[in-house]
Amino acid sequence: MNLNFAFSEEQEELRKSIKRFLDDKSPISEVRRLMETSDGYEKSVWEQMGSQLGLQGLAIPEEFGGSGFSYVELLVVFEELGRSLACVPYFSTIALAANALLTTNDDAAKKEYLPKIASGESIATLALSEDSGRFDEESITLRGKNNGSGYTLNGSKCFVIDGHIADLILVAGRTDKGVTLFAVEKGATGLETIQLSTMDQTRKQARLTFSDTPARLIGDEGAAWPGLSKTLDLAAVALSAEQVGGAQVCLDTSVEYAKNRIQFGRPIGSFQAIKHKCADMLLQVESARSASYYGSWIAAEDSDELPVVACLAKAYCSEAFFHCAAENIQIHGGIGFTWEHDAHLYFKRAKSSELMLGDPSYHRELLAQRLGI
Amino acid sequence: MADDIESWLKKNWDPDLTVREWWEKLGLAGWSAPNLPIDSFGKGYSREETVHVQNAIAAHGALGAPGGLGLLLAAPTIAVHGTKDQKEEYIRDIVCGKKAWCQLFSEPGAGSDLAGLTTRAVLDGEEWVINGQKVWTSGGQIADLGMLLARSDPEVPKHQGITYFAIEMDQEGIEVRPLREMTGRAIFNEVFLTDAKIPKGNDIGGLGEGWKVANSTLSFERAGLGAGGGSQAGGLALPGTKALDLDKRAGDFLTGSVRGEPGPSMIAQTTGMLIELAKSNGKVNSPLVRQALAELHTLNEIARYTNLRQKALKVSGLDVPGIGNIAKLSMSDILRKTRDLGLELLGPRGTVHAYDKDARKVLDEVVPNAFATIITELSLFAQGPSIYGGTDEIQHNIIGERVLGLPKEPNNDKTMPFSSLPKNA
Ligand SMILES: Cc1cc2nc3c(=O)[nH]c(=O)nc-3n(C[C@H](O)[C@H](O)[C@H](O)COP(=O)(O)OP(=O)(O)OC[C@H]3O[C@@H](n4cnc5c(N)ncnc54)[C@H](O)[C@@H]3O)c2cc1C
Repeated sequence: MNLNFAFSEEQEELRKSIKRFLDDKSPISEVRRLMETSDGYEKSVWEQMGSQLGLQGLAIPEEFGGSGFSYVELLVVFEELGRSLACVPYFSTIALAANALLTTNDDAAKKEYLPKIASGESIATLALSEDSGRFDEESITLRGKNNGSGYTLNGSKCFVIDGHIADLILVAGRTDKGVTLFAVEKGATGLETIQLSTMDQTRKQARLTFSDTPARLIGDEGAAWPGLSKTLDLAAVALSAEQVGGAQVCLDTSVEYAKNRIQFGRPIGSFQAIKHKCADMLLQVESARSASYYGSWIAAEDSDELPVVACLAKAYCSEAFFHCAAENIQIHGGIGFTWEHDAHLYFKRAKSSELMLGDPSYHRELLAQRLGI
Repeated sequence: MADDIESWLKKNWDPDLTVREWWEKLGLAGWSAPNLPIDSFGKGYSREETVHVQNAIAAHGALGAPGGLGLLLAAPTIAVHGTKDQKEEYIRDIVCGKKAWCQLFSEPGAGSDLAGLTTRAVLDGEEWVINGQKVWTSGGQIADLGMLLARSDPEVPKHQGITYFAIEMDQEGIEVRPLREMTGRAIFNEVFLTDAKIPKGNDIGGLGEGWKVANSTLSFERAGLGAGGGSQAGGLALPGTKALDLDKRAGDFLTGSVRGEPGPSMIAQTTGMLIELAKSNGKVNSPLVRQALAELHTLNEIARYTNLRQKALKVSGLDVPGIGNIAKLSMSDILRKTRDLGLELLGPRGTVHAYDKDARKVLDEVVPNAFATIITELSLFAQGPSIYGGTDEIQHNIIGERVLGLPKEPNNDKTMPFSSLPKNA
């Protein structure tokens, strides 16, 4: 395959407009305000993202209300969101829910749900992991049952990103035929939502319990795992882009501080201990960027290399981001340990995203399996 | 020695005493800080022996010695550098828990380069007048007294013009403003000194001798914060007049609830906890997890062995080279590894964390996990120890330059008058 590893002018333009939008609507002061609220997002900003910038619909095909761009454009959005820590339910709605729908063969469901997602009207998420916190096929135990007139769900889902505000919840359940995808709408009978306080307050989670909750079957009963597995791979690539954006901020902040902070009569960046830390951060940021960008091109091409690249990128970028976030605190000394400084916001985002969708050891094991090692 | 403390505890511990009464007995008997010399309310014990005493107090189910920076830093510093009167006045109140201390060292412009501090001390008749700002002052809001470093002479090179004072915190010229940490708590503070007053005789160790005295404090800090320490004695009551624990019943502090932030001793115990957690969720079967657990165990044990070796060397007047720096660096390392392994074992459960009581109640109910709270707390705190008490980078520099005798980076800040050195804007 012939990959073009550079962004086009249009893609660069897209990045600039997203940046402008986020600088305007989501400066870090706004992130801090929203992270303390229980909803954790600003509805008007979410709607503008959809209706004015068309970000939600970017990679949704035109026939389902989107603008039909590729995963490369989407990566640009995720990278900028990761940089800004913007409190928007974009990862849950787009990386998880939209992909979960797009990877099914259920055109009716796509027609019904995707246009609302694309326009910014609807927030959606994927409820896959349970109390065990696992993301593999075997871990899915929530029961789905066909009782003649339709399906009902019984069981619980945990660590569901934005589960507290989602209008549409795509639920990975298990019927007698196997893993099956269902759609449940907000306020459905028997659905109980409890918000979980998160370490990374910029990204909220919930635990959901379903008691005889009516649900709509999406795609074919018992045939959902391949689509879900692909969704997780696509989400891992999206997350890796966020991680690159966050890691870059940590590097930039560290370098800036190292140039300006004086101890022993000279900038701390003149000490090799600090200079080498910064150099090592750059190495990791650029390596992570290569992994993530490559992943997005592979996703855009719908290449069968995706499963391999997705776990490679998730494992590497998670560790790179966390490394940079922790070093950023260390380089800042006492001020880096404060609530007031933004370093901890990136640190918490880095640690949480490292553990989300499976930690680096899990992804390296997956990688080894997928490579046939 | 073992018999001494145990029989003393049998005779004296009574949970119905007030904290004040109990600490007075403990302190005056020399058991609060047996590591201090005999003329300073101690027993001249080694670190190992002191740990043994702490363990004996915990095992007996008695309330441990008053914690905090008074006992950890001020008392041993004053024991070395203070006058007879200062020992009698300050150390007595520390070992009896009557007064709490804070460490007024770091400033916005002077952290690693502590000797670059700019808080001024000017003698005016019978008192010193202090002006400047301190920062990251742990426990400043509940301290009665401060160990203050201030510049008494800016016209000599920077290490020579510093004096170490004991300063009363309750006075008009001192304002303490809490600063929130990444953990969500506010343990440290900014302290503004505006014409604050210190009586003339309150310097510790002499005029212009502050750098030397501060280095004693810093070496006690490294030793106290380093890996390989013993277990925390049972219960945690706070010393001093402001924490308002002194008139409470001593026995009420033994509930075992953790208050404040995790200390070194607790961290050594967390490896056992991680093993339990890994067993409880089956991850103990993963070879990677087994490796990581065994590694953590190794690091904790080695820290303990090093202390034992140090004790043996001490008898013949020798030291493990760089022992304090090694202990402090291994603590930072153990903490980071505990953080990462702990969170990995928790998985997504490690991404939820309660910043307040209400949220904690919900998490305990909805996603109960006996280990999660302590691990996420520790994980947020884990970034502190590699910064305070001299950063990891500074510990490495000290090992390189002072222990190994490697050449220093070229710099003229030791010889130029302080007033002509570059500073932060
Ligand atoms: C939780 C906590 C509690 C604290 N409590 C207290 C307290 O009670 N009292 C008190 O006085 N202080 C306290 N401190 C302050 C602490 O001692 C300082 O933060 C520390 O000395 C570092 O100083 P700084 O923050 O100014 O960082 P800086 O000195 O500015 O350091 C910034 C970075 O530069 C590096 N650096 C600096 N110089 C060199 C060099 N020569 N070579 C290589 N690298 C270098 C550092 O390692 C660090 O990574 C506390 C700090 C924390 C985090």
